[in-house]
This record gives sequence, C-alpha cells and structure tokens, in this order.
Amino acid sequence: MAPNFTSIGSFRHILTLFRKDLLLEVRQQYTFYGVLLYVASTIFVLYLSMGEPEGTVWKGLFWMMQLFICVNAVAKSFLQEGKGRLLYFYTIAGPRDFILSKLMFNALLMLLMSLVSMGLFVLMLGDPMPNPFAFVLISCLGGVSLSLVFTFLAAIAARAQQSAALMAILGFPLVIPQLLLLSKISNIAFEEVIQGGLAGMILLLSGLDVMIIALALILFPFLWKD
Amino acid sequence: MIRQSWWKILCVVLLVYTFIAGFLGAVPAKPILNETIRNLYFHVAMWFSMMILFIISLVYSIKYLRTNNHVFDIYALEYAKGGIVFGTLGLLTGSIWARWTWGAFWSSDPKQLGAVIALLIYFAYLVLRNSMTDMDKRARIGAVYNIFAFAMLFPTIWIIPRMVESLHPGGMGNPALDTHDIDSRMRAVFWPGAVPGWTLLAVWITTLRIRLSLLAESERGGSRTAR
Repeated sequence: MAPNFTSIGSFRHILTLFRKDLLLEVRQQYTFYGVLLYVASTIFVLYLSMGEPEGTVWKGLFWMMQLFICVNAVAKSFLQEGKGRLLYFYTIAGPRDFILSKLMFNALLMLLMSLVSMGLFVLMLGDPMPNPFAFVLISCLGGVSLSLVFTFLAAIAARAQQSAALMAILGFPLVIPQLLLLSKISNIAFEEVIQGGLAGMILLLSGLDVMIIALALILFPFLWKD
Repeated sequence: MIRQSWWKILCVVLLVYTFIAGFLGAVPAKPILNETIRNLYFHVAMWFSMMILFIISLVYSIKYLRTNNHVFDIYALEYAKGGIVFGTLGLLTGSIWARWTWGAFWSSDPKQLGAVIALLIYFAYLVLRNSMTDMDKRARIGAVYNIFAFAMLFPTIWIIPRMVESLHPGGMGNPALDTHDIDSRMRAVFWPGAVPGWTLLAVWITTLRIRLSLLAESERGGSRTAR
C-alpha cells in the first residue's frame, strides 16, 4: 500500500505533486482570478447593500465570505482531475503523498485568498478594527483551517462523483465549530480588552487542524481504492 | 446475543422502574427546577443513548473499513439512524424542559446549537449515502465520512459548549450531574434505571431494523445493485 511517507522518495513525490498543482495554477490562472472576481463582486454587492457595517456585522460577513471562498477555491482541486488523470496519479504516487500535496496546495491558496479578501474588506467595507494586524494572523489561521476540512470533503465529494453542492452539504455542519472558535478568537482584533481563554482557543483550533491532517492521512487510502 | 430475550425483558423492567420511580419517587426541592428535575431521567438519559449509539456506529464503520464485510455497513447505518432518533427525542425533551425553566422552548443556547449541529452532521451522512448507487462505494465512503464526522463532533458537543456562557448545566464551573443538583435518591434511578433502560431500548429498536435490512438483503439474493 502506501509507502512510508517519511522517506525521501515520498517527500519528493509530495513536492512534485505540489509543484504540478502550482504550475497548473500559474499557467491557467483560472482558480485564482476566478475566485478573486467572485470575492470582489460579492464584497462589492455587500458594500452596495450595507455600506460600512459595524464590527460584529463586519466580522460575521468576513467569516461567511471565507467559508464560501473556501468551498469555491477548494472544490476545484479534486473535481478538476478527470478519472483517467486520477488513475495516473494513483499509479505513480501513494495516496498519502497525494492528499498531503493537495492539503499543502489548498492551504497555500486559502492563505492567499484570505489575505486578498481581508484587503478588499478593509478597502470597501471600512476598517472597524482597533487591532488589524492581529486579525491578519487570525484570518490566515482561519483560512488554512477551513481549507484542510474542505480539502478532505472535496476528496469525499469527488469520489461520490458529485458536484460542489454535496461538499457544501457535508461541510457546513462540520465547520460550524471552527467558525465559532474563529469568530470568538477574532474578538481580540475588535476589542481593546484582551479576553481570557484565548490561548486555549487558539490551541484548540490548531489541535483540530492537526487532527484533520491525521484523519486525512489515515482515511484517504480507503477513499482512494476503487 | 441479539436474538436472546433476557436483555429485552431487562429493558422493559428498567424502563418501568424509571417511569414509576421517576414520577413517584422523592426529588430534592430546587428553586426554578421544582418538579421538572424529573426530566433528568428522560432528557439526559436519551442523550446518553444517542452518544452510545453513535459510538457503536463509529466502531462498525471502522470494522467495515478493516474487513469490507457488508453486514458491518448495515450495522453502522442503522446505529447512526437510531442515534438520530434518540438525539431528536433528547432535543425535544430538552426544549420542553427549557420552556419551564429558562422561559422559552428555544433560546439559542450553545448546548442547543451544538445538539442541532450534531444532528445536521448525521443527516449529511444519510444524504451522502443516498447520493451513491454503487453498494461497495456507498459503504466505503459512508464509513470514511462517519469516522471523520465523529471526530469533528467531539469539539462540537463536548468542548466548545463548555467554553462559552450557557444556561445549561455542564459548563462554566457548573458541572451537570453534580452533587449539588441531584441526591442519592435520584442517582439510584438515573444510573441503574434510566441510562441502561433507554440505551437498551435504543439498541433493541436498532437491532430490529438491522434484522429487517439483512432480511431484505437476503430476499434480493445478494444482488450488487442499489437498494
């Protein structure tokens, strides 16, 4: 079955698969600009309908946007690969290498999209935060966390040969705890007072991320088989 | 074990005990709670049954992935369905309790939200299974999602509601089932009577459904097409 993924060869597989996704993205420039347009037009509609909202509304809209960006950006990662191409990857690399490279690529993509959407939010909906730099870090953490969950769900949805709609059905209940945590953590950027239990929440969120990666590594080989 | 009758008799005896001792037995007089404290024997015990059924479902999903034995998939599915039924009952009994203690059936309390999220996750499991027609694929992908969803459920219902303010007992230094809230008379009904009684009832219902599924399966002569 899967080769030992600590070995050098497996590391090279991961890197090659990661570079392939990156190159494809750079050459096609489809996901990035597609999602960018999606983000920009949605935020513009938000701006037209509500102007510059206050902090709590801003924060709520931001995390909702992140959720939808993530579904759109990550859905492509497995759905774009045709059956034949997947079969090809299966023969040249192990399942763990494959899922790890996808997790890495989507995390990078979401990191970028989080920063972009954060910039657009500040540009169009105003900046209600007394502490914006903390929020940059939080939105990076949030983007990566969401991308991990949705990458695995995209793998499931792709195996079920379903559209992105199934991914949303599977994913929205699952990410509520993460969104709840993120929204509570992001209070530090919106309030002058540092609240208690913050380190615990960040630790919990990171722990959740580690658990998702571990589960993906354990469970993906079962999805892989046909 | 499933076909034996002793545990079904035990289930009826325990539930009769729960109802009689639960409605007639003495309970500590608490402000606000008053007689509604008796709901502990129903509401809390049903959540226990739900959690136990979801854990059994998880175990069968893992067993399915290890052995590829189709019977384990039917077990996992039916235990998840049984868990959903008892989760819904727990939610209903809880909101009736909330009506008389917190003042409203629904007050968007973190515990209530966590319970709804848990049910939504398992509904998504059923939707995912129905989206596939190939039996092996449905079983395998369903099992993977079941394991993944269960792992994500932990933070939802066991950790996060404890970190935020809630009216519900069990958070913010107010543990449920504490010595302050219930006394030994109630514990004598809850632990030996209500929890095993409701859990056995849930298992009983589920095993009947499993037998029905297995029967339907063999009627079809092990055909590999969709049910």
